Amino acid sequence: MATSTYNLIASQIVGSGGASSITFSSIPQTYTDLLLKMSTADSRSTPSVSDILVNFNGTGVGTNVSANYFYGNGSSVTGTTGTQIAFGDGSQGSIFGNSEVYIANYTSSNYKPYSSDSIAEINSTAGYQLLIAGLWSSTAAITSISLTPYSSPFGQYSTFYLYGIKNS
Amino acid sequence: MADVVDINCETKEVTTRPQTAEEIAAAEAAAAQAAADKAVADAAEKAKADAKAAAIAKLTALGLTADEVAALTA
Repeated sequence: MATSTYNLIASQIVGSGGASSITFSSIPQTYTDLLLKMSTADSRSTPSVSDILVNFNGTGVGTNVSANYFYGNGSSVTGTTGTQIAFGDGSQGSIFGNSEVYIANYTSSNYKPYSSDSIAEINSTAGYQLLIAGLWSSTAAITSISLTPYSSPFGQYSTFYLYGIKNS
Repeated sequence: MADVVDINCETKEVTTRPQTAEEIAAAEAAAAQAAADKAVADAAEKAKADAKAAAIAKLTALGLTADEVAALTA
């Protein structure tokens, strides 16, 4: 019998009150990699490279996180650096953006690289794309991931899915 | 203030609670840093656009046609 290599660990849909942050805690240490899929919106007027901030293991928002970006708006591309993990937000709480974040070897004692691709589309008036190459400079295994929007809260119906990837 | 949501991946239990004062302060500090990052990115993008406009103006002043400038800058 084939072994599943792609399993849903946990998921969350934000309720009517919104959420100031989303945390996946007690992440099982039985996988090789983690994959986070998000569809989110918050209250800011335009998306940017800084809409969702990450906190690994409760060590602090952006602590030991470094990221290199390519940020496009449909007419130009900008490269920059920062401490954010993804954007993926839309605008005005009702327009959603999508993001995927892949974290490799999250249980290893080496620093943890991650990649992220995100888009936000503003009802055909604007579109944004973001690619991130990031690194969490810690030797600790990742046991929790907290996500905080740039301008709280995550809007109702924002969704978060955390998957575990096995190499066998 | 919207709640903090925690999903325990082992038990699947979801807990919600209000933000603490520390968490609010940390979020505000992070937002300020993010705004600073955004300002740097915006400034870099504007500088790039300004440099391109200046280059086009100089090429035009040298006598290049609009099509020739476009061919160089596309």
